Amino acid sequence: MTPELGHFALILALMAALLQGLLPLIGAQRISSYSAQWIALARPAAQTHFLLLVFAFACLAQSFLTNDFSVAYVAQNSNTKLPAMYQFAAVWGGHEGSLLLWVLMLSGWGAAVSLASRQLPEAMVARVLAVLGLVSIGMLAFILFTSNPFERLLPALAEGRDLNPLLQDPGLVFHPPMLYMGYVGFSVAFAFAIAALISGRLDAAWARWSRPWTTAAWVFLTIGIAMGSWWAYNELGWGGWWFWDPVENASFMPWLAGTALIHSLAITEKRGAFKNWTVLLAIAAFSLSLLGTFLVRSGVLTSVHAFASDPSRGVFILILLAVVIGSSLTLFAWRAPKVGVGGAFALVSRETMLLINNVLLVVAAGSVLLGTLYPLLIDALGLGKLSVGPPYFNTVFVPVMVPLLLLIAVGPLARWKHADLRDMARRLRVSFILALLAGAIFPHLMGIWTPMTALGSLLAVWIASSTVFQIAERLKIGGGNASASFWGMHLAHFGIAVFVIGVTLVGGYQEEKDVRMQTGATVSVGGYQLRLLDIGAAPGPNYHADVGTFELSRNGHVLKTLYPEKRHYFSSQMPMTEAAIDTGFTRDIYVSLGEPLDNQGAWSVRVYFKPFIDWIWGGCLLMAAGGFLALLDRRYRLRVKAAVTLPGSVSA
Amino acid sequence: MKRWPGYLFIVLATSMVFAADAPPLAADEIVEKRMVAISEELRCLVCQNESLAASRADLANDLRREIRKMIVQGKTDREILDFMVARYGDFVLYRPPVKSTTWLLWGGPFILLVVGLGTLVFFLRRRNRNMSMPALSEEQRRRAAALLDQSDT
Repeated sequence: MTPELGHFALILALMAALLQGLLPLIGAQRISSYSAQWIALARPAAQTHFLLLVFAFACLAQSFLTNDFSVAYVAQNSNTKLPAMYQFAAVWGGHEGSLLLWVLMLSGWGAAVSLASRQLPEAMVARVLAVLGLVSIGMLAFILFTSNPFERLLPALAEGRDLNPLLQDPGLVFHPPMLYMGYVGFSVAFAFAIAALISGRLDAAWARWSRPWTTAAWVFLTIGIAMGSWWAYNELGWGGWWFWDPVENASFMPWLAGTALIHSLAITEKRGAFKNWTVLLAIAAFSLSLLGTFLVRSGVLTSVHAFASDPSRGVFILILLAVVIGSSLTLFAWRAPKVGVGGAFALVSRETMLLINNVLLVVAAGSVLLGTLYPLLIDALGLGKLSVGPPYFNTVFVPVMVPLLLLIAVGPLARWKHADLRDMARRLRVSFILALLAGAIFPHLMGIWTPMTALGSLLAVWIASSTVFQIAERLKIGGGNASASFWGMHLAHFGIAVFVIGVTLVGGYQEEKDVRMQTGATVSVGGYQLRLLDIGAAPGPNYHADVGTFELSRNGHVLKTLYPEKRHYFSSQMPMTEAAIDTGFTRDIYVSLGEPLDNQGAWSVRVYFKPFIDWIWGGCLLMAAGGFLALLDRRYRLRVKAAVTLPGSVSA
Repeated sequence: MKRWPGYLFIVLATSMVFAADAPPLAADEIVEKRMVAISEELRCLVCQNESLAASRADLANDLRREIRKMIVQGKTDREILDFMVARYGDFVLYRPPVKSTTWLLWGGPFILLVVGLGTLVFFLRRRNRNMSMPALSEEQRRRAAALLDQSDT
């Protein structure tokens, strides 16, 4: 019964989305005598829509937790031996459920807008919620017609298959919801942009309203991507943190576009300029989120031919994608020329710096897009099969990022309208010297000097020192009144410096050893010793494991005992590697078990010394924290008096 | 100079530990380094999306062994990669070769950058030309001043 209730709630949610998507939109045009009522419908419709989806989601979760294997989706992704935490997380472990999570998040953002928008004009809120409703109609139709998670399986199975063992990790519980919050959150920026285009009021107030929502989505996406990277590091057993996998790229492209959007919103809010560009970026960020959903969900990545043999799902998302992008670009072409250009500025100014930032980020996103889609394109055209992997992306991506990183130190120093180059050069002098010194000396202290480690050290010190000096300057001239945005920006930029340090040092100085070990053997890596005390069998809830016991020591002092595992899940042929990691502020020691080599208990063991690797995720968390801090800025909570007291007088 | 004995101890201790270190899987560390470098450029053909260096699939193990053998035979990296391409096609290369079907792939980012910066320069210059015209009338100027006064309070 519960699955049917869930299914019914999904259908009702579609009805609510239809109400939310259509009536307020028409109402806001003020062409009917019921306009006010229709506008007033937007908030309750959005909240009902959300509650119905929460209910549907809860029904699916209940089917998982009660092992209802008469539901096909549950039978495919869970079984009775699965620990409860993973039974719950399995709700989004497969295709149907992750789409349900997607649309739940979408409606959640809509409900949040409906609650936190008291200071906005009613017609604007109605349009924003309507656009979100329209997107939701598309996704709900997709779920109901091609990917119903409540489909019954008759006769029911006695026991389900299992959740993909790769996904049985605490990472799975948090990573997808975070990622989807970010992914889907750009729909709000998109909805604000579309609403502004429809109303023709594309002004600084619009930028101020949509800015906190965009930043919030960006914060979630940043955390989501970082968690995904950390999960892969822990779970895949080969110690990497980013693989340029198409699935990763699918989340990275919206991040790049969203980062550009955050910066261009700053120009539009502060200076009223480049509104058209900002709108285009908002459309791009959300379109890339949808494209990512298409790439991950249509099966097109595994093989173009697998996609062609069962195209119903892929074609549906492709049509949805085409409708969203096509209609928003058409609307843009129709409405965009009507808006003004905003304030003047000199060639050397913060505006120009931010625009260069935008160009570089968009080029980076475009390059990732090209590399991700190119093999699909070549294959679809019958020109052969290609692989585009890390060597390509590193070659292309790094040259675009280096100027961007250099600019981070400079941009915030530049004044709006007109920046004084000599003044900026004076304020950057010390950072410049420190950065050069860091590039020349620091790699030597770490071991050997290579161009890449020198470049990385230089960039990190350049950004970090410039950021610190700017904060110090601000504190000297009365920092008590520095806004939350100021702190947020600098914290996020500092996070990038931390991130760059992590990437550089782990890239340049990690040590890796593949050894043959028997009980009692020792291996040393990065000045640490690991002694294998024992390898024994241990049962798990839905697997059996070989567990190694390693004693980690340094110069004779025992620091810790590590337990890497090799798990054999009952449901899968592939053994899973559970690395054991001793996490430290300046280094990780990483041990993973390979295979048994003979009958006498010898195993192949892989050990890594990973200097500063946690700084990679620490840097991401600082970026996210910076975004969060910026959200707290007072000005987002002020009522927009200007728009009320000065009707239309400055809408140039 | 007082700290020398300590350093000496560490050096001795580490060298003693090295002496008892577990034997590497690879017979020859230099060969192994080259093998890893080569196999990072190659795709594991039976995996979802993993490099040959990272994969633990049987086929990947075999191919790594084969690469090792070719290194020992004195083949250059180029020859080994060519051999893999001859056997499995361009699909095996993570760094696609530059040829007519990949010009767009390799040139694309560069073209994007040039076009992006070019467009930026073009727009900024056009914008500045338009802006240099007297924008405000006397009446507008007075109103703007009034607004600024208001917002200062």
